[in-house]
Amino acid sequence: MQAIPPTYYLMVSLGLVLIGTIGLLTRRNIVIILMSIELILNAVNINLVAFSNAAGNERGQVFAIFVITVAVAEAAVGLGILIALFRNKETVLADEVELLKW
Amino acid sequence: MNLLDSIWLIPLFPLLGAVVMLLVGKRLDPQAPSQVALAPGVANLPVEDPAHGHGAAPKHGHGHANQGGFGKALISLFCPGMVLLSFLLSAGAVWQLAGRPEKVHEVIKYTWLAGLPFATSSGAAARFAADWGFLLDPLSGVMILVVTGVGFVIHVYSIGYMAHDGGYYRFFGYLNLFIFFMLMLVLANNFALLFVGWEGVGLCSYLLIGFYFHKKSAGDAGNKAFIVNRIGDSSFILGMLLVFATFGTARFLEINQMAASGRFATETAGFGIMTIIALLLFGGATGKSAQIPLYVWLPDAMEGPTPVSALIHAATMVTAGVYMVARSAAIYQLAPNASMIVAVIGCLTAIVAASIALVQNDIKRVLAYSTVSQLGYMFVAAGVGAYWVAIFHLYTHAFFKALLFLGSGSVIHALGGEQDMRHMGGLKARIPITHWTMFIGSLAIAGIPGFAGFFSKDEILWQAYSSPLGSQLLFWMGLVTAGMTAFYMWRMMHMTFYGESRVAPERAAHIHESPPVMTVPLMVLALGSVFAGWIGVPKLWSAFPESFRAFEHWLGPMFAAESAHAGAEHAHSASTEWLLMLLSVATALAGIALARYMYHWNRKAPDAVAASLPGMHRTLANLWYVDKFYGWLFVDGLAKGGGEAMGQFDNTVVDGGVNGTGWLTRLTSSLSIWWDTWIVDGAVRLTGFLVKVLSYPARLLQTGSVQAYALIFVLGVVLLFAYYLSY
Repeated sequence: MQAIPPTYYLMVSLGLVLIGTIGLLTRRNIVIILMSIELILNAVNINLVAFSNAAGNERGQVFAIFVITVAVAEAAVGLGILIALFRNKETVLADEVELLKW
Repeated sequence: MNLLDSIWLIPLFPLLGAVVMLLVGKRLDPQAPSQVALAPGVANLPVEDPAHGHGAAPKHGHGHANQGGFGKALISLFCPGMVLLSFLLSAGAVWQLAGRPEKVHEVIKYTWLAGLPFATSSGAAARFAADWGFLLDPLSGVMILVVTGVGFVIHVYSIGYMAHDGGYYRFFGYLNLFIFFMLMLVLANNFALLFVGWEGVGLCSYLLIGFYFHKKSAGDAGNKAFIVNRIGDSSFILGMLLVFATFGTARFLEINQMAASGRFATETAGFGIMTIIALLLFGGATGKSAQIPLYVWLPDAMEGPTPVSALIHAATMVTAGVYMVARSAAIYQLAPNASMIVAVIGCLTAIVAASIALVQNDIKRVLAYSTVSQLGYMFVAAGVGAYWVAIFHLYTHAFFKALLFLGSGSVIHALGGEQDMRHMGGLKARIPITHWTMFIGSLAIAGIPGFAGFFSKDEILWQAYSSPLGSQLLFWMGLVTAGMTAFYMWRMMHMTFYGESRVAPERAAHIHESPPVMTVPLMVLALGSVFAGWIGVPKLWSAFPESFRAFEHWLGPMFAAESAHAGAEHAHSASTEWLLMLLSVATALAGIALARYMYHWNRKAPDAVAASLPGMHRTLANLWYVDKFYGWLFVDGLAKGGGEAMGQFDNTVVDGGVNGTGWLTRLTSSLSIWWDTWIVDGAVRLTGFLVKVLSYPARLLQTGSVQAYALIFVLGVVLLFAYYLSY
């Protein structure tokens, strides 16, 4: 069976990164932003797994599992903050939350 | 038993009495505090005239039993008992001294001032040292006998006189303390220790003058006595220090030895060191012994209880100056000019005080001025070099003046506090013992032959006339004084005891003779006034054996070196002396006769005389304006004016300095504020301003928008990628 070359994986992950980055920068809803961040992280995971496969060892996969774990934690914290924010400000829009400035 | 080595015990008995009284006396006499708190008017008769009222007078008509109970009786036994012990010990010691060939005995108990080394004015090394040392010689022997003897009699009298007064224990405590200090004064073997006694008696005098401290006049009189004495004392201190600086010691025996050794020349002209010492010491004596110019405190001292007047302000303390001059005779011997000044001041004091006594109406004030006058006599004697005569007069005077004061106290007692002689009269029949004893005292002070005062006064007049240091002027002034003395004493006797009664009716019913505890001391002193003089019979009365001149033989040798006039008496013929003696007796009799005429036969005479010599009378009644002058010059002028000047000084200079400092501080602080505001704060604010301005572009980055940060983050990543990929 012909192995899929890493380049393809990279193309997919590049697409995901771009989608995630654009979502991160353009969408106002924090829920969407968090989802965009998940996209970026999963792009990274694809990269890690692809390189792991290409290199023939499991380090990359281990890293990918780490990233998934961290991403879960991040999503939990992020959503927690979001709920707290909503309770206080009754908004989930990032551009309406710009208190921390000079 | 060798009492001579125990003379240091003599002062300790009264000290013990004083300490016990002042520590536990209040418990023995528990009613004392409430009585002290009473106003004098309450303690006295309801008819008390405030102008002449006298807190000293015991309550009248309450009987004379010792009301204080056991404690009071204990005080009455204990305090006079202590003085009696002192007297007995003194008598024994003097008796043993008399039996010795060498009539000087010195007991040094402890070193007191350990002594700083210094060089005397002649360059010799010396130490500023003094001991607790006691010196018994004929001079101090006479003094301790007078002090303890008369002191004891007056203590006994006080038991009766003070029986109804508050502060019984306090009174006796002070009296004992006084006796202690007086004995220290006369027994001290050096000037420094003498000064301890000197100041101590001044303190007791102050305490006792102000005994009725709830009376303002008494407190003022105490202050006056204390302050005037301070002036004299400062002079005494200077004299004492000069003695130290000159002789290198303060011990009398060493000083006398050095002065007699010929190391110091007799200063016949000008003011040498001896003259200055002598005058400074005499300055101290003028304060303590009430001489011109410092005599003004003594008449006011009569605010104290009468026994105090008798003991302190007549018989003993005021003679301390005379004693001190006699003690320093060796120094005065080297300073004839100073001696002359002593004699002149004494003479002036005698005549001025006697003249004031002529017009006084307060019975105690007559006696007070009489005391000043008699002290003047003593200084005349000391000034002309007849020291033993001065001490002789001191000794006889102690008897008759104590007698007269105690007698006047008895009169005041009988009248329930009346002291104004204009409200007396006709008391002879009512209080016969007081009258007869005072009669004897008056004869003695007037100088009637046979009584004590005659011998000493006649000797003074003779010495003033015949001594090389004396002069006819001194004699004539002394003679006039003697005449005035006789006059004012008989004026007093007539106004008090003879003629019709002018006593206020409400007092008249209560007139009564004093109890025996008061009259017996009067009688004892009356005996003394009669017989005390017979140990100093004039040489002229050659019919008497030498034992009648014991006093001169006792004291004379002490001053043998000082008696410059040893041969002088032979220079004048016996007839001159007889003449002068007759003259003085005649003057005394004339004074008595004049007083009898003016106050008995021709009752209008006193007013007529006063009216014909208005200026003279006014001057005398105003005490020669001396008190007023002092009041004007020192109290109003120097004290008040000085106070105002000092107030001005305070207001302008001191306050000005303070205000100026304040102004300067404000000026500099406003400069400082300006500096702070514009320079220091300016720098700080400039920094802040600069930071604010320069940070403006950077601040623009901090938008607070998370997505803006994310954008920058992404751009940064892109840039980094671009950078790395371009290689």
